[in-house]
Amino acid sequence: MVDYSPLLRRYGVFLAVVLLILFNLAVTPHFATMQTLSVNLTQVCTIVIVGVGMTLVIATGGIDLSVGALMAIAGAMSPMFFTGELFPVPNIYLGIALGIVFPIIIASFFGLFNGWLINRFSIQPIIATLVLFIAGRGIAQVSTNGDLQVFKVPEFQAIAIGRVLGVPFQVWIMVVVVIIAAFVLRRTVFGRQVLAVGGNEEAARLSGVPVKRVKLIVYAVSGFCSGIAGLIVIAMNSAADANLIGLGMELDAIAAVAVGGTLLTGGRATILGTLLGALIIQLVRYTLLANGVPDAAALVVKAGLIILAVWLQRQEHA
Amino acid sequence: MNAIDKSFGSVTALSAAHLEIMPAEVMALVGQNGAGKSTMIKILNGAFRLDRGSIQFDGKPWAAGSPQQAQRAGVSTIFQEINLIAYRTVAENIYLGRELKRFAGLLDWEKMNQGARALLARFSIELDVTKPLGDFSTAIQQMVAIARAVSFDAKLVIMDEPTSSLDEAEVAVLLNTVRQLKSEGVAVVFVSHKLDELYAVCDRVTVMRDGRTVAVSKMADMSKLQLVAAMLGRDLADVRASGATAFGEGEKAIGEELLIAKSVAVGRRVSDASFDVRKGEIVGLAGLLGSGRTETARAIFAADPKSKGEVRFDGKATNFKSPADAIAAGLGYCSEDRKVQGIIPDMSVADNLTLALLPTLTKMGMIDEAQQRKIVLRFIKDVGIKCSGPGQKIRELSGGNQQKVLLARWLCMDPKLLILDEPTRGIDVGAKGEIQSLIQQFADKGLGVLMISSELEEIVEGADRVFVLRDGQVVAELEHSEISEQAVMRAMAHGASKDTEFIEVQHG
Repeated sequence: MVDYSPLLRRYGVFLAVVLLILFNLAVTPHFATMQTLSVNLTQVCTIVIVGVGMTLVIATGGIDLSVGALMAIAGAMSPMFFTGELFPVPNIYLGIALGIVFPIIIASFFGLFNGWLINRFSIQPIIATLVLFIAGRGIAQVSTNGDLQVFKVPEFQAIAIGRVLGVPFQVWIMVVVVIIAAFVLRRTVFGRQVLAVGGNEEAARLSGVPVKRVKLIVYAVSGFCSGIAGLIVIAMNSAADANLIGLGMELDAIAAVAVGGTLLTGGRATILGTLLGALIIQLVRYTLLANGVPDAAALVVKAGLIILAVWLQRQEHA
Repeated sequence: MNAIDKSFGSVTALSAAHLEIMPAEVMALVGQNGAGKSTMIKILNGAFRLDRGSIQFDGKPWAAGSPQQAQRAGVSTIFQEINLIAYRTVAENIYLGRELKRFAGLLDWEKMNQGARALLARFSIELDVTKPLGDFSTAIQQMVAIARAVSFDAKLVIMDEPTSSLDEAEVAVLLNTVRQLKSEGVAVVFVSHKLDELYAVCDRVTVMRDGRTVAVSKMADMSKLQLVAAMLGRDLADVRASGATAFGEGEKAIGEELLIAKSVAVGRRVSDASFDVRKGEIVGLAGLLGSGRTETARAIFAADPKSKGEVRFDGKATNFKSPADAIAAGLGYCSEDRKVQGIIPDMSVADNLTLALLPTLTKMGMIDEAQQRKIVLRFIKDVGIKCSGPGQKIRELSGGNQQKVLLARWLCMDPKLLILDEPTRGIDVGAKGEIQSLIQQFADKGLGVLMISSELEEIVEGADRVFVLRDGQVVAELEHSEISEQAVMRAMAHGASKDTEFIEVQHG
């Protein structure tokens, strides 16, 4: 008898996506429309973007709980630049440029801070990033006085809802982030070093891998990705609410990474897997909703998927 | 303990081992790594169950099901790492698990503190028992652990390497405590690799090797050299024929000085290590377990910071901050523990092999995969790595082949000096020979090699010169013609470098 299990493990995630699509084509009405595609993709965009950063962090054997809070910081900060609240904006496009670049840089810096904490004090990543998980949202709230900032700046909102070739702009952002990260992980020295650190940190250090620098960079990248995601969220809502932006995102991102087949203990990672993992979670939820199953039940199914993914990883090591 | 057998799965840890201890006797238990000392101890204190054999304690059959039971029955064990709670007070630790209570279950602090004080006074230790244990030095903590053990009315106390993390003064205090126990009629099993300590306190010695008891003797009747020989499994009268390893005898050109280490010290483990390696030379670093070989090597490679000393490499004074610096200067270090510090299990043979080299194999930041493949294939062939291809995961390879990949990781860097820590440990005989001749081959081409090995024959036959470490100090340097198993053992045992003991042994 042929043992299909290695194949199943390797292509299982991909297979699951295909099966889900086939199932929906057969069962769910109006599934094969541009509308459905758009809805589903916009729902996963931010999760995938944050998940990409998370994949790199997890590949080094770490974890980043602060992503949701960093999204809130970036999201809450951005409108100040283009609404003219901070200073009068001479040119709306300049304001928007500042409102995009600055928050992302700030979020990256906070990510760098996570990495620094972990390196400098040898704190476990889960604790180190818990600091900003708690404080980050506070920072976001204080910087906006906890107010909801509503705005109507279509030029800015284009980054989420504008369309290029009929596909929402945020989906293009997601695609670019995924491609760059997949390329870096697979083809560059840095990518190998990320996996080496996660696979065996001491061995990597003894082989001259700059372990601390690698860690700093992955946490900064995670902050960077969170910053982008934070901007997309406020652009979609045309409002920034520091209390809500990115709430629970850390768990969604980790779930996508886990379901995608990245080893949670580090050393093996797949960016494409994270994309597919997020799609699976979204498609399952959509399938259930479109067929009249309440959202609450979908949450349970999501949990089930995570258990299944972890179980599959275990099998491999047994 | 009589005819004890114990296996873990298919691995036999003990076979027909025995151990006998008299009341008020201090028994040394010695042996190399894997000799079975720990297993023996753990069977005695109830942590493991024996497969076959019998144990008598105090005239009755002994069957402790757990360390707690053993403790209540009079056998206490003190481990290398202190198994107490650093944040609780000294008194609390002493009474842990059998706290004195007043009515209604309230703790009787006063009585516990008094009891603790009285107990410690027996060992002439005076300290504030209401302070957290963690505030005191390791030696004091160890003493508290011993006091706690004694307070269980222990008749037998087992000490597993109690001195490994103590400094000299602290060791002296501990040894006094051992003598105190003895004078109170308590028997002690003392496990240590430091021969001086054994001779200082022990009455008798039991030597174990490969799961067997190979020698039992009065301490005074056994010379240090005989003791070392028994541990390593060497018959002193036996003059060994050479050729057990794949190191050749060929003469070769040894070049100028490559590495000079002067009075290197590392924490408490290494106090004074001076040695040098020349181009094209294989230098052996010998010593018993715990003598500081690995610590010395790691300090040279900047894997750990050195606390004192000077290292000159290739004519320049160096101050490497990290292994990356050392690598850039032309060093390589194959660590002792392949699994923990060597391989990256989930990565391919190719990625493992080129891990250190990779940063130089780039084209505009990308890995030049064609180039990588070329190098990997060349080394797979040159080094003789048996694998299905460069893409195979390294964890699927045998130990010997993994080791070859790790060797190749450094050889492909074209280093000037390679430090090999137990290069052939735990791999099969065939691969062992291949690795040894490989080392020889590269040394012949001018590579300097610093080789640590616990296997005497590897050192004796492989090395052009040998430095012997003993308790963190280099105590002997043996040149080509002086190198023999006896000479190395003698230095391990005494630190004496010349021939007095040798003659004595020949007669005895």
